Amino acid sequence: MSTLVIAEHDNNSLKASTLNTVAAAQALGGDIDILVAGANCDAAAAAAAAVPGIGKVLLADNAAYEHQLAENVSLLIAEAAANYDNILAPATVSCKNIMPRVAALLDVGQISDIIAVDSADTFQRPIYAGNVIATVQSADAKKVITVRTTAYDGVPAEGGSAAIEALDSVHDAGLSTFVGEEVAESDRPELTSADVVISGGRGMQNGENFKLLEGIADKLNAAIGASRAAVDAGFVPNDMQVGQTGKIVAPDLYIAVGISGAIQHLAGMKDSKVIVAINKDEDAPIFQVADYGLVADLFEALPELESKI
Amino acid sequence: MKVLVAVKRVVDYNVKVRAKPDGSDVDLNNVKMAINPFCEIAVEEAVRLKEAGTASEVIAVSIGDKSCQEQIRTALALGADRGIQVDVENGVEPLVVAKLLKGVIDKEQPQLVILGKQSIDGDNNQTGQMLGALANMPQGTFASEVVVDGDKVSVTREVDGGLQTVRLSLPAIVTTDLRLNEPRYASLPNIMKAKKKQLDVYSAEDLGVTVRRHVSQVKVAPPAERQEGIKVADVDELVDKLKNEAKVIS
Repeated sequence: MSTLVIAEHDNNSLKASTLNTVAAAQALGGDIDILVAGANCDAAAAAAAAVPGIGKVLLADNAAYEHQLAENVSLLIAEAAANYDNILAPATVSCKNIMPRVAALLDVGQISDIIAVDSADTFQRPIYAGNVIATVQSADAKKVITVRTTAYDGVPAEGGSAAIEALDSVHDAGLSTFVGEEVAESDRPELTSADVVISGGRGMQNGENFKLLEGIADKLNAAIGASRAAVDAGFVPNDMQVGQTGKIVAPDLYIAVGISGAIQHLAGMKDSKVIVAINKDEDAPIFQVADYGLVADLFEALPELESKI
Repeated sequence: MKVLVAVKRVVDYNVKVRAKPDGSDVDLNNVKMAINPFCEIAVEEAVRLKEAGTASEVIAVSIGDKSCQEQIRTALALGADRGIQVDVENGVEPLVVAKLLKGVIDKEQPQLVILGKQSIDGDNNQTGQMLGALANMPQGTFASEVVVDGDKVSVTREVDGGLQTVRLSLPAIVTTDLRLNEPRYASLPNIMKAKKKQLDVYSAEDLGVTVRRHVSQVKVAPPAERQEGIKVADVDELVDKLKNEAKVIS
């Protein structure tokens, strides 16, 4: 059996989600190669080659792949898929965009967001916001799978020395162009890979009050998240959303502040190792999943917490 | 410009769904059903395009048994002009839904197809992208802004760390994210009017699609339960527990 892992990268370095996905590929067994598609992405390919246990790295370096446009990259992956039984990618925003397109090009189903491999064709995945775990079986000879990265500890990033093989074919569908992006600059760790996450909900009352989380985040080297309610209310941007339709996180410590604990939010954070909830409503459902609950006014508790950690 | 918008009938987002004790499937007896929230945003966006004079006609399509006509009527009450039901059993998987929608595209030739990014039952997040591949159309997924400009559409997308804008040739696929718009409520007169709007029913055969299973559900189970923790009295106790019991801060 052979598996092709699609690397998530920024052309310069490999994202941690790639290492989680290699771990899922190891659970499937067999040979593992990594595909790095991008532009001027030699450094990312070199990082992929350093991952232990990789057969080879396929490098597709072309302007058509620079911004991971799904129309172009999906054609490349579908072509490369000819030599593999499984195509695995992390269930990140970028790969969620690309992989179903690959599956349709190959006329196979996609198995999204797997959290466990039961056998070569049977997998577990959460449905209904994680309220139910479904065991699903694929009837397709070739399997296109995305991996919930929080379900797998990443493999080491260093120690291997796989060969890098350039792919020459260029796929430019000519359907789409990249115009630009607005990416918030932040010194904080990324939400999905941070060891500590502190999130605010509707109880924060407005976007300005999210500053109260920043001092604590700085001290704990934490990423800052938000509930859907806080995003819906316009307090903070959507890329901070933790939940069923936002980011799925599982840090060592998750601090939920002013978050009631709707099903949609719990779906995104309940696999965190330690959960702290701060809420003035002692009946808030968030306390049912919290290891440590503090019933308090967050406007008093947050400054005190910041001063004591 | 004709706009096709796909809607799905799902469990209402407030319902906490559970696995049946025998693990055969989820228990959906007597559960409230609704239009998938992201599909509602898709309908709203299509209707706004029509109100702005960009779209000439909005067609709402749903894939499922007769019960999904209820959600098509909801879309019609929100402002869609006519509906299409593709009559298949419920629970058809994303690839087949995409093939059926491709069949509808071939019949209707829309310039823009708007779908929700994901349905809150299967949580697959696949159909729009698959449809893009099958119809050889570009896609603007997880959209927070859609601007039609001649034979192109600019789509601002919610990506890691911020926003990305792509420019797509029409016809194109858009899938909606949360912040694209805030759907309106249907007024009573519009609900009444919706009952009289045209609703055509096609079979999979009409669209030349064979319904088959690629991925089947073997069983379902509840997730591992988290043990309920303790309440701490104050910030001092919280900090102490985190340092000395959980050992997650130093």
